[in-house]
Amino acid sequence: MFKSELAAKALGLAAAAVFSISAHAADITGAGASFPYPIYAKWADAYKKVTGNGMNYQSIGSGGGIKQITARTVDFGASDAPMSGDALEKNGLVQFPAIMGGVVPVYNLKGVKPGEIRLTGALVAEIYLHKVKTWNDPAIAKLNPGVKLPAQAISVVHRSDGSGTTFLFTDYLSKVSPEWKSAIGTGTAVKWPTGVGGKGNEGVANYVGRIDGAIGYVEYAYAKQNKLSHALMTNRDGQVVAPSDESFKAAAAGADWASVPGMGVILTDQPGKASWPITGASFILMHKVQQKPEVAREVLKFFDWSFQNGAKMADELDYVPMPDAVVNQIRAVWKSQIRDASGKPVY
Amino acid sequence: MDVAFAWLTRSFAFLVFSILAAILVSLVIGSQLTLEKYGFSFLWTAEWNPVTEEFGALVPIFGTVVTSLIAMLIGVPVSFGIALFLTELSPNWLKRPLGTAIELLAAIPSIIYGMWGLFVFAPLFQTHIQPFLIGTLGHIPFFGALFAGPPLGIGMFTAGIVLSIMVIPFIAAVMRDVFELVPPLLKESAYGLGATTWEVVWRVVLPYTKVGVIGGIMLGLGRALGETMAVTFVIGNAHRLATSLMAPGNSIASSLANEFTEAVGDVYFSALIELGLILFLITTVVLALSKLLLMKLARGEGSQT
Repeated sequence: MFKSELAAKALGLAAAAVFSISAHAADITGAGASFPYPIYAKWADAYKKVTGNGMNYQSIGSGGGIKQITARTVDFGASDAPMSGDALEKNGLVQFPAIMGGVVPVYNLKGVKPGEIRLTGALVAEIYLHKVKTWNDPAIAKLNPGVKLPAQAISVVHRSDGSGTTFLFTDYLSKVSPEWKSAIGTGTAVKWPTGVGGKGNEGVANYVGRIDGAIGYVEYAYAKQNKLSHALMTNRDGQVVAPSDESFKAAAAGADWASVPGMGVILTDQPGKASWPITGASFILMHKVQQKPEVAREVLKFFDWSFQNGAKMADELDYVPMPDAVVNQIRAVWKSQIRDASGKPVY
Repeated sequence: MDVAFAWLTRSFAFLVFSILAAILVSLVIGSQLTLEKYGFSFLWTAEWNPVTEEFGALVPIFGTVVTSLIAMLIGVPVSFGIALFLTELSPNWLKRPLGTAIELLAAIPSIIYGMWGLFVFAPLFQTHIQPFLIGTLGHIPFFGALFAGPPLGIGMFTAGIVLSIMVIPFIAAVMRDVFELVPPLLKESAYGLGATTWEVVWRVVLPYTKVGVIGGIMLGLGRALGETMAVTFVIGNAHRLATSLMAPGNSIASSLANEFTEAVGDVYFSALIELGLILFLITTVVLALSKLLLMKLARGEGSQT
């Protein structure tokens, strides 16, 4: 995520205030997840320059996004965690992924270089369960021969606010550790058995940077821009991979998007030799039956334009754009599922 | 005309009442789910698990009370000293700049205090003060448990200290203003009888101004209880009950700030609203207690003379 989620939110609010004054008929509004906010804002800015139509996105959090789209106060909602097929059906919503990103474990160990520590999902779960308590624990040493591990306590850092980052992280840990699954589970916020909570990616990064022997998890873009020491992870195929655009794309490539209702695939622990294990998509929510088809059409036009022209902007911000094959699937969903009151396709 | 004016002002005054009542009602309605599910046990349950949707308010209540208490323990004596110096001891040329500086301190937005706490104070505290506290106070039997644990720099104690700095300008400004209201005649008479400065302050100024002083303290306490951003930055945000003041904790306001946006489940949402309700009630109780205290003081005054 971004340098400052807070600043981003403040900007979002300011933008909302400005936009509401200058709003005209073609402007569309969305609200929800904060993780994709920087890229949606960038797309909106570029889109406005090209078409003159504005898109106003308020990053109020996934929970708020779902509430607002259900209440029809916005034209689209955004959520980091996919809604279940039942929930989509119940609220008459369509869901599609719009952007992807990765979560990386970061650490602060004197004398250990970035990328030098290798971890497995099961081991990360043990650390976050407070079972593995020191850096020179045999379980860590076994994975990292040749690395001088200090006899230092591990200080666990997690997010204090509910977040899509936490959702991906805990979903991954639940998949690789039965104990994590039964004791803690998956969620945008969970009951952490140990550690301190930082607000936002910047909060986690700050704590990790300051506390000797700390481990934390942040959005890839954040780790990269702040040059935090990231760990390498062993993926499902037993390969050790580094976090990068390529390894995120590899995780997305093997996914069967049609297998889950609402394309709600969670990209953690995906097969594939090069796949980064903690990858995920952020989702857009719209109503199936549109009372104002012309507005819905504008929303779809915006995302259509962004899928076609926004890949480079996504790369610049260290997000991963949706692959073309998936975009075609998304277009098919638009055609078949989003209709106006008379049942005519909107797109 | 007068009648219309009276009605207008009356309606403004009652507007405050109706807003308060409306807040209370909407908080109760919003937290109905958890009110029905847990009843009063919500208050002393330490569980906070969004995944299984089991919630209890003990940890945030504890954190709120402890951090505010630390803030008052540090803030009140310091503010008293500031006000005393400004009204009784300070040379005249220094009064104005010092007074302005304190008022400026009150005008700083709380997020600035939070960032200062996180980026400047916490590292200093972690490397210099905390190891010392843990090394000395931490070894005292029983009492030492309050200062045990690894030096993280953040935690309830740090939050309390940052809060104390935030409440000082409020308390000090009110104290100074009320100290200045003491008629010079009273003070001069006391001095004339040979009283020391301390005796004048303790026997004349404080009794004369106690209502204002307690009011100022309550104002500070109110700010400490409800402070959100600054506490969120430095308290450590962990829903665990800790015996050590050095350990990360959580307060009601920072739980709300952290978790409200992504609280998806109905029970979760309701639990957060109930936290808000509890904070509302705590503040009301504090204010009510202060009023009771003042009434008692006033009665005591009557019996003495």
